[in-house]
Order: sequence, then structure tokens, then C-alpha cells
Amino acid sequence: MEQTNKKAWLYLLPAMAFLGIFLVYPLIDVFIYSLEEGYNSASQTYFGVGLYNYAYVLHDPYFLQALKNTFILVLITVPLSTGIALLISVGLSSIQKLRDLYQTVYFLPYVTNTLAVGLVFMILFKKTPYTDGLANLILSWFGAGPIDFIDGPYWAKMFVLCFYTVWVVMPFKILILTSALASVDQTYYNAARVDGTGKLRIFTRITLPMISPTLFYLIITGFIGAFKAYSDAVALFGTNLNAAQMNTIVGYVYDMLYGDSGGYPSYASAAAILLFAIVLTITCINLLVSRKHVHY
Amino acid sequence: MDYEKLERSARLRSRAVKITTYALLTLWAVMVLFPFYWMVLTSVKSYGAYNSEWIPRLYTLSPTLQNYREAFTAVPLTGYFVNTILFTLATTGIMLVVTVLAAFAFARLNFQGKDLVFTLFLSLMMIPNELVVITNFVTITNAGLRNTFAGLILPSVTSVFYIYLLKENFAQIPDELYYAAKVDGTSDLKYLLRVMIPICRPTIVTVTILKVIECWNSYVWPRLITDDQAYFLVSNGIQEIRENGFGRDNIPAMMAAVVVISLPLIVLFLVFRKKIMAGVAQGGTKG
Repeated sequence: MEQTNKKAWLYLLPAMAFLGIFLVYPLIDVFIYSLEEGYNSASQTYFGVGLYNYAYVLHDPYFLQALKNTFILVLITVPLSTGIALLISVGLSSIQKLRDLYQTVYFLPYVTNTLAVGLVFMILFKKTPYTDGLANLILSWFGAGPIDFIDGPYWAKMFVLCFYTVWVVMPFKILILTSALASVDQTYYNAARVDGTGKLRIFTRITLPMISPTLFYLIITGFIGAFKAYSDAVALFGTNLNAAQMNTIVGYVYDMLYGDSGGYPSYASAAAILLFAIVLTITCINLLVSRKHVHY
Repeated sequence: MDYEKLERSARLRSRAVKITTYALLTLWAVMVLFPFYWMVLTSVKSYGAYNSEWIPRLYTLSPTLQNYREAFTAVPLTGYFVNTILFTLATTGIMLVVTVLAAFAFARLNFQGKDLVFTLFLSLMMIPNELVVITNFVTITNAGLRNTFAGLILPSVTSVFYIYLLKENFAQIPDELYYAAKVDGTSDLKYLLRVMIPICRPTIVTVTILKVIECWNSYVWPRLITDDQAYFLVSNGIQEIRENGFGRDNIPAMMAAVVVISLPLIVLFLVFRKKIMAGVAQGGTKG
């Protein structure tokens, strides 16, 4: 026993060392950072301990802008992407021909580089002196004027960001929902058909309850993922997100840490902790709601 | 009752539903594919042709490969590529060793406090990356590892989730095999390499693929830790190209670079389609 004991710890050693240095220690450290007032990263000194960093972040107009952007993004993209994914998955599971092809195509965005394809979206939506761009060409068919979606009004930029975010998160949701739909026991459907139940009723009374755990799993992970949005925005609007008024909370954390406005790990820590307080609260609310509506 | 009429209207209805379904599915497929089409199309338009199109054209009659030549010569795209491949191989390789060893200990070996340690490991899964990245940045900077491969690789070589996934898989192997091997005098390490890994190869392949995708797309950590172009990965490279790459807004050349960067993962996906989709369904995130 003594022998195996030692050997087991030896096997665990690399994982524990890496996790300790890069996960456990930083987790403790981030709280310490967030409480150290006036921390100077060059001299590694600070004035005192308190909640000043939180107060600073909460009064920083850039943070408030990032907070607003993130909330708008979350509230629009999570319901929208989940809804469309459900619609598409139901459509997918109702057909036989070409199903594999559609599934393959739908999964493509998952394996693409967010930054690289974001650049394509930027070009599709951007208005330059040479061209109004393809999005504006389509708008002009409906008689709408050219809008600069990348450097233009706030709502136009927010539209592109939401659009791209939905495009990026769809593959995962479609994949998970189609496999959930495929695993619903066929006997329920057969029984309903014998009773002559209508299609809509079958959907709301059998399909939805049966896949509700998956649906809520997707909503929860969707909320968490959308709150951490960052690279999509960078792909579309460049690294200076504050200037574009398109920063997200995670973007604010990184900007505080590094870059032109960086060098403030204390503010970054406070903002990161605030973000996770928000995410934790929302996840708890989600879980409470799901307990009422999900059938396991 | 006119049954024939009823039957016909029912058939018409089901056909209408089918057509609507296909129309909807095709619409989304077009939405997904169009950006890919557009990037390939733009990448083969010449610089002059692209900039003279006030109204963007949906096809081109004079494709050129000039942009690809430019993408590889005007910016250090080859360097970004080599860096990303090295980074991906090293990170995935080290991660596999670390996670397999840990999973083996949890699944096969007995030691005091195993359950407690495993529970602690699982609870680590809840720690979001964004929370620890700040200190990691400071740690790596203080260790003088900025702009090195070690700095890029080390923080992402463990994953509690993959340890969990592998442990569950290892635990399904019947104990009898282990005892039989023990009777034959096989060492634990040899048993792991010769028996457990071959049996659990599907899960190991899944983990590998997921990690490769993650590495190829990683952006935030490399951006924090490198500011020397010689260590840029493709994500940072594309951002660099966008901000001060080819100059004079050479969008076709940019798109050529985007195509080159996107291609490896798309090829990988088309080859291992079933495997990747099953793997992501089992343990993917991003959504």
C-alpha cells in the first residue's frame, strides 16, 4: 500500500503542479489583487487594503459601456440563437435526404478561427470609400440607405456583433439539440399518433418536455459564453474596442491588464470578479427557473 | 365524405411542410457558407479589380493567385503558421501526457484521500479562465517568459475536464485485465501504455482533436504574452495583418491569408467529420 501510495502521487504530480501554479494560486491571488489599493506593477507596492478598486471600476464609464454592451449582447443572442437552433434542429430531424450534408455544413463555423472569419464579416458589412459593401447592397434592394456597420452608429455595430455571435455559436447548439431530438423515445410519438394528436401538440407536449434538460443546459452555457464574449468583438472592430464603444466586460479586463491602457492588474481583477459575480447570479437564477420547468 | 379529396389535401399539406423545411434549412446553409464563399472569391480577385467594384460582384471571371503570393511574402504568414503548429503540437502533446497520467492514477491506483483529491479536482472545473488569466500573466511576465514558447504553452497544458473524461473511460476497463497483467508481472506504466491507452483510443483521439481546435483558435493568451511578431500565432497574425499588414487596405491579400489560416482546420474537420462532431457533442463548449 505504501508503495502504491507514493507511485499514485507521482502520476498525479504533473497535473497537480500545473493546476496549482496556473489555476489555484491565481484564483486566490486575483482576490488579493482586487483588494490592494493603488498597486504599482513596476515596484510591486500598494498603499492599502480595501474596496477602492471595485468602486473605481464601477464608476469607470468604459466599464459601464462594456457592461451595457455585454448585457445587450447576452439578452439578444442567447434567446435568438437557442430559438433558431431549435427550429433548425427540428427541421433537420424531420428530413432524411441530405441530412448529413446539412449537418456537416452547419458545423463548419465551429472549426473556423473566430478572428479570421470575423474579418470576412467585417468586409461584408464595412462601408469604405471604394464600396458600400455587400450588406449595404442588399439593403439598397429594399430601398434602405447605406449604413456603416463597422464605424457607424451604435445600433448598427451592435447588430453586426449580435449577428456574428449567433453565427459562431449556432453549430454547437444545433449539434447538441439534434442529438437530443434523436434520443427521444419513438414509442411516445407512436402512442401520440395512435391517439391522433396534432403535430403542434406533439411538439409542445412530447418533444419539448423530453428535450427540456438539454435546452436548459444550452441556455445556461449560452449565458455563460455570451457574458465572456470578447474575440468576436475584436475580430469585427479591432483591438481598440473602447474607441469603438464596443468593448465587453472581458475586453475591459484585458485592456486594464495589458495594451495601451494596461498596467492595472488590480482594476482588471476587480472587473473580472464583478463579471463572475454577475455570471454566478444569472446561472443560479437559471437553475432555479429550470427546476420549475425542466422534466428530468 | 370524399376520401380522395381528403387524402389529396393531406398529401399537399405534407408536401408544403416538407418544402418549407428544406427552404429553411437551405437558407441557413447559405448563411453559413456565404462568408466562406466570399473569402475565397475575394482572395482570387486582383487588387485593382476588387477596388474598382463599387457594387461588389458575386463572381469573378479572371481569378488570380497573386494575393496568395503576396500573403506569404509581404507578411510573415509562414512564421505564424510554423509557430501555431509548434504551439499546437507541444501543447496537445504535453497535455495528453499530463492528463493521461492523472486519469490513470484516479482510475486504477489506490491511494489515501483519492476521493477527496478527485472531488477537489472536479471543483476546479468551475474556475473560469478569465479569472486566473490576470495572475498567470503576471507570473509569466515575472518569470521572464514573455515572447517564449514556454510562456505560451505552460498555462494551458492541463485540463480538469479531460482528466475527468479519461478517468471515466479508464474506469470502464474490467479489473480482471489489470489483475491478469499483475500476475504476469507487468508494471503499472506498461499496463497503462500497452492495455489502457489502446482500449481507450477513441476518447484519447477525441480529446486530442478538441485540444487541437482550441489551440489553433486561441487568441487571448497569445495576445497577452507575445508582442514580438516572431512568436505570433495565426490569430494574432491575422489581427496584426488587419491593423497594419499589407498597407493600403489590400483586402484581397488579407482574404488570401484568411483562407490559408482557415484551411487546415476545415480539412481536418472534413476528414474526421464523424469523430469531431461526436467529440464536441461529448465534451465541447463554445456556445
